[in-house]
Amino acid sequence: MHNVLGDRRAVIILLGPALAVYTLVMLVPVLWSLGLTFFEGNALFGFDAVGFENFTTLWNDPRILDSLWFTVRYAVVITIGQVLLGYLLALLYVFALRKASSLIRTLVFFPIVLPTVAVGLLFQQLFAIAPQNGLVNELLNLVGIASVDWLGSADTAFWVLAAMDIWRSMGFYAVLLYAGLVEIPDDIIAAARLDGATGWQMVWRIVVPLSMPVLLAALIFSINGTLKVFDSIVALTNGGPGDATTPLTLYMFRTSFSYGEYGYGSTIALLLTVLSLGVTLLIFRSSRRDVSGTDR
Amino acid sequence: MDAPSLPRARRLIPVAASVSVIALLAACAGGSSTGGDNTFGLLVNDDNQIVQDALTSLSAGACTEANEALPLEIETVPQSGLDQQLQLLGGQDALPAQFAASGSPAVTKDLDEAGHTLDLEATLTELGVIDDIEPAALSTIENLYGGFIVLPYQFNIEGVWYNKQLFADNGIEVPQTWDELTEAAALLQEAGVTPLSASGEQGWPITRLISGYVYRSLGPDALEKVADGGAKLTDPEYVEAAQAVADLGASGYFGQGVGSIDYDTAVSQFLTGSAGMFYMGSWALGAFNDPAQNQIGAENIGFFPLPEVAGGAGSADQVPANVGLPIAVSAEAYTDETGAWLSCIAENYGATSLGDQGTISGFTVGDEAVEVPALTQSVQDTIAATTETTLWFEALFGAKATTTSQQNAAPLVSGSISAEDFMAMVQADLDADK
Repeated sequence: MHNVLGDRRAVIILLGPALAVYTLVMLVPVLWSLGLTFFEGNALFGFDAVGFENFTTLWNDPRILDSLWFTVRYAVVITIGQVLLGYLLALLYVFALRKASSLIRTLVFFPIVLPTVAVGLLFQQLFAIAPQNGLVNELLNLVGIASVDWLGSADTAFWVLAAMDIWRSMGFYAVLLYAGLVEIPDDIIAAARLDGATGWQMVWRIVVPLSMPVLLAALIFSINGTLKVFDSIVALTNGGPGDATTPLTLYMFRTSFSYGEYGYGSTIALLLTVLSLGVTLLIFRSSRRDVSGTDR
Repeated sequence: MDAPSLPRARRLIPVAASVSVIALLAACAGGSSTGGDNTFGLLVNDDNQIVQDALTSLSAGACTEANEALPLEIETVPQSGLDQQLQLLGGQDALPAQFAASGSPAVTKDLDEAGHTLDLEATLTELGVIDDIEPAALSTIENLYGGFIVLPYQFNIEGVWYNKQLFADNGIEVPQTWDELTEAAALLQEAGVTPLSASGEQGWPITRLISGYVYRSLGPDALEKVADGGAKLTDPEYVEAAQAVADLGASGYFGQGVGSIDYDTAVSQFLTGSAGMFYMGSWALGAFNDPAQNQIGAENIGFFPLPEVAGGAGSADQVPANVGLPIAVSAEAYTDETGAWLSCIAENYGATSLGDQGTISGFTVGDEAVEVPALTQSVQDTIAATTETTLWFEALFGAKATTTSQQNAAPLVSGSISAEDFMAMVQADLDADK
């Protein structure tokens, strides 16, 4: 086995097909899309070179700022929500529920298994005001508060979206972080206990630093996923009301495929790529410092 | 495992690599056309049940022969995804034999310019069935698309449908002016019913009220001027129209949560008697004539054109007319078998649509005696008496301005955006298209 893997030709031939598939389905479209930023047109009429026009349009497009602001706000809120709640759940599994946690883990994990569209429809019904009140408005009415058009105004629609996505994914992050927490050696925890560490002190000074690598991995995972959010928004609000909950991905999709402006759509895609890359590099850099600080 | 087996493993490597490459090429070559060469495909928006039902009924009835040669195959997509589907299939030369034209005529004109739509005037003339098209429908299509490139499976007029019983119970006369319309709405609201049922989720049922007001106040060429650049939606007289519709929303005349009301809910609100008025096209006759859906009774439904605006240049005789979301025929997919289908449709669709669905199409009904429900008959009479027709709000807009307009209709009537901002957003997209 060692001999086969030591043979460069064998490695190339074994890796070749996977690399070819990756190149075909990932690299070629990415580079193609990058090239399209200098063109305008669509599949029907072909493309004309327009130089940097798409970039000046991007710079002057007021909707880009709105979409960018929504995307960043959404990514920050959801990332904090799902990682923080996920972490708290993981702590609960490890320190409170211990071996009895498997049922709770499964139940909290369950929403991530559901199709996004089904979850979107579920939340639409939960927060509905027309044609009849959903559960949330019924509960509000019970305590004497008038029904709220949750998906009809930008602010409330944002928080319904946030609640839905955090509820859907916190179980996943809980399991991810749980895997990190169970790796912390028992003797360190026991030693800390002997030294008198209790409750928050134990979490803050021992558990958090020791689980920092997995916490940062979860952060990178989460922020990149949320910056590229698409399906849950389409399912719940379709970017509305108006375009108040339209992230860059949905704006890019509409620009390319509904308005037939593939070049400008690719330029928006490039902006999103740069944003994701920038945020990932930022987290990586700080993570390297943090993790090495912990190691020392 | 190590040394002895290595040469054989090495010999196997090129074989494995070749298999992989072949598998890869096969995977890349698969799934070419969704058009389907051996079917009479129809790509249609999923809420357009009338055309699907009528064609299915023809395939088992008058067009059995054509269907045996080229079976009908219907594929539905949500209307919101239709434009991108059309552009993608068009770009790959994979459009099915028939496809629903986009909600924005501009996209269909693009497809026509790119040579994807069949010249129906020439084809139906050659097939000898051109006389089966109603002249009024033909001229509406030519006005909209610049040529006869879509089939008039529907021919509609639009206006306000009202619940006669609710009007009588509350002492409401049929409104003759916009002010009377708002007064009627106020009375209905007092009576505890939703005055105007509308789908804010779709948006267009609301923007059509804006164009209705514009036509009544500024005349039937008002939106053509906007398309030509002679006027702007941000001009005060156009903003006034958006404001008038926003005021209806501010008074709560659309009921609560209008942004979440979809088309079917809006129809059912009217047909269950929980709404007094419903602005809609005559394609809704299919639902009105269906006793399972219509709980208030067809005899209890009346129709009036959107009323006049006091001192306005337009008149209530100018009725918005359209050919629904019409169906175009693919030029690439046209064969003799498709021609047989088209002949059969031209000769039989009018009677099937009127007889089975109670809806009016742009095909002639022929000599057959078709029993027509009274409500449908009254719409036919209105169509016959109409001398001047108008278009809808987005008829002359591009895809981007159409989306902006329809997406922001609900925020306009819920007060999230002002009438000025609404018109400015749509105008910005119109300017960007030029």
